[in-house]
Amino acid sequence: MRSASAEGESEIWRVLARVSDPELPILSIVELGIVRYVHWRDTEPPHVGITPTYSGCPATDVIRAAVRASLACAGYGDAIIEEVLAPPWTSDWLTAEGRRKLADSGIAPPVRSAQAHGGVACPRCASRATQLVSEFGSTPCKAHYRCTACLEPFEHFKCL
Amino acid sequence: MSASVSGEPDTVRRCNYVLRLADTSLVLAQRLGEWVGHAPALEEELGLANVALDLLGQARLLFAYAGELEARGRSEDDLAFSRDQGDFLNLALAEQPNGDFGATIVRQVLLDGFQLVLYESLEHSRDARLAAIAAKSLKETRYHFRYSGGWLIRLGDGTPESHRRVQAALDDLWRFTGELFAADEIDAAMAAARIAPVLGDLHPGWVARIDEVLSEATLTRPADVAYRWHGKRGEHSEHLGYLLAEMQFLYRAYPGARW
Repeated sequence: MRSASAEGESEIWRVLARVSDPELPILSIVELGIVRYVHWRDTEPPHVGITPTYSGCPATDVIRAAVRASLACAGYGDAIIEEVLAPPWTSDWLTAEGRRKLADSGIAPPVRSAQAHGGVACPRCASRATQLVSEFGSTPCKAHYRCTACLEPFEHFKCL
Repeated sequence: MSASVSGEPDTVRRCNYVLRLADTSLVLAQRLGEWVGHAPALEEELGLANVALDLLGQARLLFAYAGELEARGRSEDDLAFSRDQGDFLNLALAEQPNGDFGATIVRQVLLDGFQLVLYESLEHSRDARLAAIAAKSLKETRYHFRYSGGWLIRLGDGTPESHRRVQAALDDLWRFTGELFAADEIDAAMAAARIAPVLGDLHPGWVARIDEVLSEATLTRPADVAYRWHGKRGEHSEHLGYLLAEMQFLYRAYPGARW
């Protein structure tokens, strides 16, 4: 029997942690930092707040559908999914684990906004001798770089 | 209808104000999307398409809000695809044809710069929904302007041919910039309610940003000319109808079609 509680909220967080981002399937939506809250109080149905990364990101609708399906499978079909616009998403919300997974799969993780001028390290050879090829890549959240040390092209998850 | 200058603007005015922003972003996104398959390099095709996608996303947020204000049950899609040319309230500059890559970049610099100063101000709007949309859009507009400005500098300060082409595009498109800062009764009512900035107040900041890019691009800012276009009142140049015909065809041919 399910009941509203801190434990119930943790269970919902665990369900959400298994939903992957459709464009970066190595990341869960929790690691991406787009789940802003899970509220479940008293007799209310659970409320889940999700924030879009880029306003035009086509993955947003897919994510919403995946969240709804996963919650329904786990017995939370009545959960209310809310779109949170403010404050706007920032790449600073990517978790440490999410950053590690990006780097492991060859995508340079975002540099924290505060130290954004340190340069982007090559995910292959770790050199900072890298050049921006284009601010736009295969998805809205990525830019296209090349490493002048190992000469490999790579993608960088942009700071926003 | 008379505006109550000190009070809350009526919902119709607020809805039209939001539609102007939404239509400008949508029409510009559609224009940029026309480059897909035709851009001079793959990186620029991705760049223009990504900017278009951001603008489309911003338009969707604005259409959703306009639909709620209007309270007639029209969805984002209804507003984007079922209104005719005279109902579109976008700035006339946004609908101007792409021309060559240089002309597209000139149009983009002028409009990115405008959205930049506008969103910087709208971010502090008393309308919390508009403030949230502006704050989100602003982060994207900053790199749009970096992209278009960077290209204008390369083209202006490039070869004699690229310089000649972007200067010609600038001379041609400049006549549409008067509309950006010409306030009418809707702008005045929104400014009085502190929902939107006084448009004229944004002008110096825009000119400063544009001049900075033009100077590095070794381009000359044309003289201001009389303002004759009224896109945001639904009076458009001959180009918008063709754009809408292509953009709205599917929705009109197959009403209610869904992915």
